[in-house]
Amino acid sequence: MATVMEKSGEEKLIEKFGKEKVEKFKKALEDLKSMPGSLIAVMNQAQEIFGYLPIEVQLYISKEMNVPLTEVFGIATFYSRFTLKPSGKYKINLCMGTACYVKGAAMVLEKIKEKLGIQVGEATPDGKFSLEPTRCLGACGLAPVMMINGEVFGRLTPDDVDEILSKFE
Amino acid sequence: MLYRSHIMVCGGTGCTSSDSDKVAERFTEEIKKAGLNKEVLVVRTGCFGLCELGPVVVVYPEGIFYSRVKPEYVPEIVEEHLLKGRPVKKYVYGESIEEKAIKPLEETPFFRKQRRIALRNCGIINPEDIREAIAFDGYKALAKVLTQMTPEEVIEEVKKSGLRGRGGGGFPTGVKWEFAYKQKETPKYVVCNADEGDPGAFMDRSILEGDPHSVLEAMEIAGYAIGANHGYIYVRAEYPLAVKRLKIAIEQAREYGLLGKNIFGTGFDFDIEIRLGAGAFVCGEETALLNSVMGRRGEPRPRPPFPAVKGVWDKPTIINNVETFANIPPIILNGAEWFSSIGTEKSKGTKVFALTGKVNNTGLIEVPMGTTLREIIYEIGGGIPNGKKFKAAQTGGPSGGCIPAEHLDIPIDYDSLINIGSMMGSGGLIVMDEDTCMVNMAKFFLEFTVDESCGKCAPCRIGTKRMLEILDKITSGKGEEGDIEKLEKLAKTIKATALCGLGQTAPNPVLSTIRYFRDEYEAHIKEKRCPAGVCQALLRFYIDPEKCKACGICAKNCPVNAISGKPKTPYVIDQDICIKCGTCIEKCPFGAIYKK
Repeated sequence: MATVMEKSGEEKLIEKFGKEKVEKFKKALEDLKSMPGSLIAVMNQAQEIFGYLPIEVQLYISKEMNVPLTEVFGIATFYSRFTLKPSGKYKINLCMGTACYVKGAAMVLEKIKEKLGIQVGEATPDGKFSLEPTRCLGACGLAPVMMINGEVFGRLTPDDVDEILSKFE
Repeated sequence: MLYRSHIMVCGGTGCTSSDSDKVAERFTEEIKKAGLNKEVLVVRTGCFGLCELGPVVVVYPEGIFYSRVKPEYVPEIVEEHLLKGRPVKKYVYGESIEEKAIKPLEETPFFRKQRRIALRNCGIINPEDIREAIAFDGYKALAKVLTQMTPEEVIEEVKKSGLRGRGGGGFPTGVKWEFAYKQKETPKYVVCNADEGDPGAFMDRSILEGDPHSVLEAMEIAGYAIGANHGYIYVRAEYPLAVKRLKIAIEQAREYGLLGKNIFGTGFDFDIEIRLGAGAFVCGEETALLNSVMGRRGEPRPRPPFPAVKGVWDKPTIINNVETFANIPPIILNGAEWFSSIGTEKSKGTKVFALTGKVNNTGLIEVPMGTTLREIIYEIGGGIPNGKKFKAAQTGGPSGGCIPAEHLDIPIDYDSLINIGSMMGSGGLIVMDEDTCMVNMAKFFLEFTVDESCGKCAPCRIGTKRMLEILDKITSGKGEEGDIEKLEKLAKTIKATALCGLGQTAPNPVLSTIRYFRDEYEAHIKEKRCPAGVCQALLRFYIDPEKCKACGICAKNCPVNAISGKPKTPYVIDQDICIKCGTCIEKCPFGAIYKK
């Protein structure tokens, strides 16, 4: 009796993310693979290309790099840049560095949480926004600061939140 | 080509965040329109330091400093200043305007007391063009070292200069190099620690963004001194602009034969690779950083063996911070004596601080060691906004402590800061005014360390968590007698037993706030009161009967119906029902509601 062939790791990835992204990642992997100690660099690429590191991606990296999955998972959960869940379409990075905190970032955070009805590290049910506070964007002169998909908003007050979020539709 | 004027537009992260890209584009456009493109050059530079006033633009040769420039100001500046020679006063930085003249940038209070060594080229050169770096003595020190000095002489010079590590520890740089030099094992490695994790500090990033070649050059000098041919720069992935400029700098240096094989035809080889961090504060600790460079979890390990003996791939390695490296070329060029003539007895040279928080001129400054906090905050920083009172300054980030008003006049150097219970750290300097609650601040830093603790050793993983729980209790009004003593006991144990620098210094913010602001802790615990009015759970909201116009807006907006009243009589808040959400304060059109 013929058994159904199990899908390869690569096929599973293509199913989830599409051929283009997978090819892009494969190329990055090829470039980095031979460099000693490149696991974090490879995972940085994966995070950038796929947006997060689900188990399929981790398995694929483990196999291709010939390192145990535990090591990949260990790194994925150790560093804050790696996420295991997808982010929203618009990623809100509110700075929780000291300068921003002293200037009232906590109040802005409360307002965003209230407005979107989500907690830190979560995405809205429609997948539009996710809230991921970061440590210091380095724009301390503009404190408090947040970044939405790379666009920076500075000198925030809780009252600015509604208007800024309404720009992202 | 020679230009009669240069327009320097800051391209640091702070200014780029406030749209300095568009300002630079607009300048290029307008200058072309005015037919001045053969006379005036627009340059994207690194950080000027005055981030508060971004985007900043400086016009040379006059040195006229325009602040908070918007793209729509540009046509007027081009027309008036560049064509007619009349600086547009209304856009010029206020501090530089005198009755009859406009002072150049260097003479404004913000810059006057500064002495720029590590930041010497930031804001002056285009960091993406190696020729500008070379024109400002870039790679000259490397040439001198390779052609005129032995490795021993280089190490001796650095030792004599008295340069100490700028990343926090303050270990003498020359001594570190000598350790690695004496190791027989090869190959050896040079690592640049650019994992600037201290929230509120951004000097390393500004140097990498504004003058990347100074770091590359210094790493090569270090490589020559200890006998290494390979270097790693470990930089945070959160600094995309710094990474981009480093990549450009490395490529250009290779192209010019200033990096790679047979540098200056002397037979010396050195190459540099960038390694990206992935967001872990503990990776600033050197043994953790080494693990991360090798692609592993960034967990620290006990020392010895020190990295100078067993570092990257178990080979002798020196690790220096970005700012430390940036000081090396001037030391080689101007000599150890010149460098050691600046600063205090045991701390030589200058220190870069990221001045932030409740201060008028936030930004990046570089001052000689031994400058007092008062000079930094009141002269360079321009004092506290809104006439508020200075309460404390925090140095050393989550590993440091606070400096209260009574110590404003202490000359700042490595040792004086340790004596008063803080530390230099990487140079974050956060100013706090009377509205800051010190207990809450200690809690903020502890939340950070609890979050960033790698979990390898119990004192840090469990101990800091217990401390945070006690602080949580205190700030939510459930503090008990004996809590302060418990905190102190835990802190001492953690300091004595934690594995690495992160854990050993994590209790510092708590200990130093207890030392100087014990009364605030006591007010929270005994009187259930937050003197600064920050800790929500301890606040009570009141309506000022004098100001209340009985409009009822507060009562309508109160989510728990805690406010009641009748027309024409002042409203009152029922303290038992109030959940202290603050909505009423926000909504009251007359400012009649206050908390205390």
